[in-house]
Amino acid sequence: MLQTGLNHIESQPDFESLVRDNEKVMLCCGRMGPMCLPVYDIMESLGEDYANVAFRDMDFDGPASSIVRRLPHVRDFFSLPFTIYYNNGEVVHATSGIQTHQQVTESLDRAFGTAS
Amino acid sequence: MDKHYDVIIFGAGPAGLTAGIYLGRARAKTLILDTATVGGQTVLSYSVANYPGVEETSGREISQTMLRQAKSFGCEVRPYARIAEVELAGPEKAVTLENGSRFTFQVAVVATGGVPRKLGLESEEAFVSKGISFCATCDGDFFSDRPIAIIGGGNSALEEAIALSAFASHITIIHEFDHFQAEPWIVEEVRANPKMEFLMEQDIREFEGGGSLERVITKHKRTGEITVTPVDGCFIFIGYVANSSLVEGSVTLNDRGEIVTDEELRTNLPGVFAAGDVRAKRYRQITTAVADGTVAAMAALETLRGLER
Ligand SMILES: Cc1cc2nc3c(=O)[nH]c(=O)nc-3n(C[C@H](O)[C@H](O)[C@H](O)COP(=O)(O)OP(=O)(O)OC[C@H]3O[C@@H](n4cnc5c(N)ncnc54)[C@H](O)[C@@H]3O)c2cc1C
Repeated sequence: MLQTGLNHIESQPDFESLVRDNEKVMLCCGRMGPMCLPVYDIMESLGEDYANVAFRDMDFDGPASSIVRRLPHVRDFFSLPFTIYYNNGEVVHATSGIQTHQQVTESLDRAFGTAS
Repeated sequence: MDKHYDVIIFGAGPAGLTAGIYLGRARAKTLILDTATVGGQTVLSYSVANYPGVEETSGREISQTMLRQAKSFGCEVRPYARIAEVELAGPEKAVTLENGSRFTFQVAVVATGGVPRKLGLESEEAFVSKGISFCATCDGDFFSDRPIAIIGGGNSALEEAIALSAFASHITIIHEFDHFQAEPWIVEEVRANPKMEFLMEQDIREFEGGGSLERVITKHKRTGEITVTPVDGCFIFIGYVANSSLVEGSVTLNDRGEIVTDEELRTNLPGVFAAGDVRAKRYRQITTAVADGTVAAMAALETLRGLER
């Protein structure tokens, strides 16, 4: 179980309601590891600037992670976390590994347009 | 209106946080600005077993405790600061953020640490997180029963090679010299491991693959012989680079880009101190960063007292 300030996605139904109820979603699938923690921190810090984006995390070793692990977008990924950006339920962007604040905001802007 | 501080510390790693604890406790009005998250390189350590007084903990836990201590003494901390401009030369110093906020201050402590050194090849950048990694503990298990390469020959490279041998099917250690710089006992352990193979005196020419890394191309430094090593992963441990760009051109750096200080961690600019991995020194550990943070803070307090007189 991840210990972050983000809401967690722990099951298939959790995920389904997430993408049904939110047009724009940034989902970070990782562990409590050194490359993942900074990304969760960045997501927590962006809630206000990107109020129209739902920020969630998911345990890479939990049962729900198959949702992310089986995506074709992550086939060549070898570094945690796997971060997926969904627009209307479709994957529009994905990154692997630690990201800086600037890389995350660039990814958000690329996936969803600029901050609200 | 500008907000005024006695001291601004750049960097919230162990050096900066320690300076913040000492300065806050001495009632100096202190702000720590970090361009990223709090903790610096310590957040990259799953386990720290050599920080005296704490048997074993994670780097994140150590830095979160330091953060709470610094804040409890009134030190302000701003992670993810987007710094637009820094003026350090005069007696009244200033920093401007991209959002237009401007802070003035009398003393600066530069504790901006370091980042892993990269080879600088375009193909290296292309395969980062797609086979190329800088963290064995983070990504090791992706390479279970797969062949990998490790680039480097110091303590970190060989220690990580030993750790990665729990996962990988075969490890090729690629090094630029004809001998390793690591401690003899680590070299011995690596040499005794049946999974290891060694490619010495090599220049890394290219990383190649499709969607992910498939091979490393190297060239022997003396003979020019090209070797193609098929791998699924490559871990690069070739040292660290000081994050000194903030003060480049204003503060004296050595030829490795590290800040040159005296014993009390003063730089060549009056009122500007440097602490931790960013400064020129031999040993880079949490303990040495914390010691630097202490010295810089004490010396900074003395400077502040001198300015008051
Ligand atoms: C994988 C790994 C494992 C390690 N394990 C251990 C261990 O077990 N024991 C041990 O003692 N040491 C260990 N170390 C070394 C130790 O983490 C470092 O020596 C220590 O963190 C250095 O502290 P520092 O405060 O000088 O710099 P850093 O920890 O590098 O912190 C510098 C901070 O400055 C910030 N910064 C950078 N540029 C700017 C800027 N322009 N403006 C503002 N802020 C900026 C950075 O974001 C960072 O937060 C390890 C290092 C790594 C990478």
